[in-house]
Amino acid sequence: MSIKIRYFASLKDYIGRSEDEIIYNEVLTVTEVWQQATQNKVKPQNTLVSVNMDYVNWDEPVSDRDEVAFFPPVTGG
Amino acid sequence: MPVIIKDTAFLPYQVLQNYEETTLGQNTAIGACNIFIGTMRDFNEGDQIKVLTLEHYPGMTEKQLDKILAEAHQQWALVDSLIVHRVGDLLPNDPIVLVATWSSHRGDAFDACRFIMENLKSKAPFWKKERLINEQERWVISNSKGYLNT
Repeated sequence: MSIKIRYFASLKDYIGRSEDEIIYNEVLTVTEVWQQATQNKVKPQNTLVSVNMDYVNWDEPVSDRDEVAFFPPVTGG
Repeated sequence: MPVIIKDTAFLPYQVLQNYEETTLGQNTAIGACNIFIGTMRDFNEGDQIKVLTLEHYPGMTEKQLDKILAEAHQQWALVDSLIVHRVGDLLPNDPIVLVATWSSHRGDAFDACRFIMENLKSKAPFWKKERLINEQERWVISNSKGYLNT
């Protein structure tokens, strides 16, 4: 199972890169994706997560070729 | 109900005029238009801001904005709506966002425009980074509630 991970804004600065890819054999939740991709880095408070560009909860399972994104609260407009 | 993300400056009144002339010109059911234009101010949190950089998540931005417009059209009797939003580097006074709603009666246009703007503020994946006059840079952590004293 291949999962693409993206980081935006201050989360990108915190992680030190904008993208990751992890290959895994079992089904992961987005929380587990965070732990695997960041090597268990502390998750900043209020971090948001999306799968395939839709907001999801932290217990959402991910599927092969999903795109998971982590980012801080949005501040547009 | 177009969503337009622009990486260069835009003139909101010109965009509106063009859109009305080319797309809405002959629609005689329209009785109201409500517009919101957000522009970059040169201060925040007590500091002078020189440049504002807007980052976004291409693809998700459009997806979320399309959803917001669809929700607005479900909830109010809108004839049409439009969102234009800047990304990239902005200078003070540059327009950041334009939201326009057209309807037969004013209530729908007013309420839907506010709904779209508030949802954009909390759901559309844009992030602001400020460059202060001393060249220090910082991410904007959260949006204000929209009033001077909040």
